[in-house]
Amino acid sequence: MKAYDLPDKQGHFGPYGGVFVAETLISALDDLRVQYERYQNDEKFQAEFADELNHYVGRPSPIYHARRWSAHLGGAQILLKREDLNHTGAHKVNNTVGQALLARRMGKSRIIAETGAGQHGVASATVAARYGMECVVYMGAEDVKRQATNVYRMKLLGATVVPVESGSRTLKDALNEAMRDWVTNVENTFYIIGTVAGPHPYPMMVRDFQTVIGNEAKKQMQDEYGRQPDALIACVGGGSNAIGLFYPYINDENVRMIGVEAAGKGIETDQHAATLMKGRPGVLHGNRTYLIQDENGQIIETHSVSAGLDYPGVGPEHAWLKDIGRASYAAVTDDEALDAFHTLCRYEGIMPALESSHALAYAARHAQTLDKDKLLLVNLSGRGDKDMATVAEMSGIKL
Amino acid sequence: MNRIATTFTALKAQNKKALIPFITAGDSDPSMTVPLMRELVKAGADIIELGVPFSDPMADGPTIQRSSERALKHHVGLRDVMDMVAEFRKTDINTPVVLMGYANPVEAMGQENFAAKAKECDVDGVLIVDYPPEECASWVKQLNRYEIDAIFLLSPTTPPKRMEQVAKMAQGYIYYVSLKGVTGASHLDLSEVSNMLTQLRSFISIPIGVGFGIRDGATAKAVSVLADAVVVGSRIIEEIEKSPKTEVLANVGNLLKSLRNAIDESHGSASCR
Repeated sequence: MKAYDLPDKQGHFGPYGGVFVAETLISALDDLRVQYERYQNDEKFQAEFADELNHYVGRPSPIYHARRWSAHLGGAQILLKREDLNHTGAHKVNNTVGQALLARRMGKSRIIAETGAGQHGVASATVAARYGMECVVYMGAEDVKRQATNVYRMKLLGATVVPVESGSRTLKDALNEAMRDWVTNVENTFYIIGTVAGPHPYPMMVRDFQTVIGNEAKKQMQDEYGRQPDALIACVGGGSNAIGLFYPYINDENVRMIGVEAAGKGIETDQHAATLMKGRPGVLHGNRTYLIQDENGQIIETHSVSAGLDYPGVGPEHAWLKDIGRASYAAVTDDEALDAFHTLCRYEGIMPALESSHALAYAARHAQTLDKDKLLLVNLSGRGDKDMATVAEMSGIKL
Repeated sequence: MNRIATTFTALKAQNKKALIPFITAGDSDPSMTVPLMRELVKAGADIIELGVPFSDPMADGPTIQRSSERALKHHVGLRDVMDMVAEFRKTDINTPVVLMGYANPVEAMGQENFAAKAKECDVDGVLIVDYPPEECASWVKQLNRYEIDAIFLLSPTTPPKRMEQVAKMAQGYIYYVSLKGVTGASHLDLSEVSNMLTQLRSFISIPIGVGFGIRDGATAKAVSVLADAVVVGSRIIEEIEKSPKTEVLANVGNLLKSLRNAIDESHGSASCR
């Protein structure tokens, strides 16, 4: 098989991806693409990026063998890639450091970002403070209410948080509003997109910054286990932590790749965010990909207990990996994810993010069907401190 | 010659500029749209841009987004919009109608299906905001198979080399976005528009319309001196939004007449058709 080399020059992954934006943004995206292509292989840039990841983010993140949980499940061994141990508590910061360094090279003094649960907003506000840049974060008004602690975190870091009142007042509307800001202030502003979606070059660029996860894992697996895992498992909202782990393994056909979407209250209901499993291809937010939409092509509100997975689209590269069968995708309900959250707390003393709990829940299900000598590597993409209020509420406990 | 070309040729012969109002189909309720289109023509519209409502109108400001939300409350879909054009054609076979909207409703219907149905309903041109020329070779082919114009945007951020490329694909008229921002903004810089249009004319032979940020007779008049057509959207939608239901037609009609008069004043023609 020919080695995987997507996207093409125009940012296409098969029929997916591309640059579906209004004319006003085309030159900004062209400029970004040219600048990124320049620094993508620039040794000095890459060295600075690596240095920041090591000393500021705290990389490499370890692979931890969840022995007690694996024994409890009685099947395959579950290994956790500990992105939860990064500065700011999730994989998101790998990407914001990369994009902020690029923004500095491009002479942009202002960064903007969209955020759902607030993790990407916090990671953006963090790097803005680190590099002395102005930061404006767009957040759906509903999410501002649900994630008050993260809103305050962003403000402490010096960012301005703008509640978005339009549409469904959630992540997709925050993305619309950030795009509008960018169109208006394109000269001094760099838009840091938080996931592998949006117009080219974002899906490629965010992937590249996140591949540090998979590159480290490959080396750690070889050094510590003398072999690669049988399967990689990661949650998929937009899909950046998943692609970061998967991408370096893409040509290793004997390593399975499994993305886990949010089934919310069940994929048979209309309360889910399982875009790849239940959506149809279309165009939104600058790229062609699977979307949750009605028969008229209107985007439908999604549901997940995890705000980070609550998005009606998905990165175009995942759409392609699904179509060609290189990765497979499954879905896990709110209840299953919550169950995995509690289990990991009790068996390993690790509190996972609700997003990551989806990957864990699938891993638990899958491990039980496999022999004890199989290895499943799960991306533990973030820590769960931010979710304590949600979990307490779902358990009927008042804090 | 199709309706769009015929319209611009006739206007040129009279030394007049085109007035192109934009409304969102189904705003504020579906029964309003065809009467509004007729009122717009009566008040001096030369071409009508009819917006297809979309849940995520990324390039639009709050005014047009709200109009989309009102239409979507009535579940107005692309098929309904096309039916409205067909209904409008029962009494008006001369005024060009251009559908304007976002890619996903078209993708959901299928590009070829869309083009065939648009032809059936006698649509003259289509502008899909998030189908830039790079992504839509097959789309333009489909439209042209059914003799529908593919209309494209150009903006203050479009570099000259790209203007030349877009000019090769563009049909009907060019929609020049007058400012860096979204629809409904209010910082139109006339001298910048003037400079850009001079540049554009060296690449482009079809008419150029200017839109975004035109809010009153004075700006409409100033823009009409520079461009072949003046596009007004958000200001009309504000009028729909704030008028009591029984007065929408009269108020929108009066607004358009005042814009028409302002444009015609600058061209030595006092008639308001």
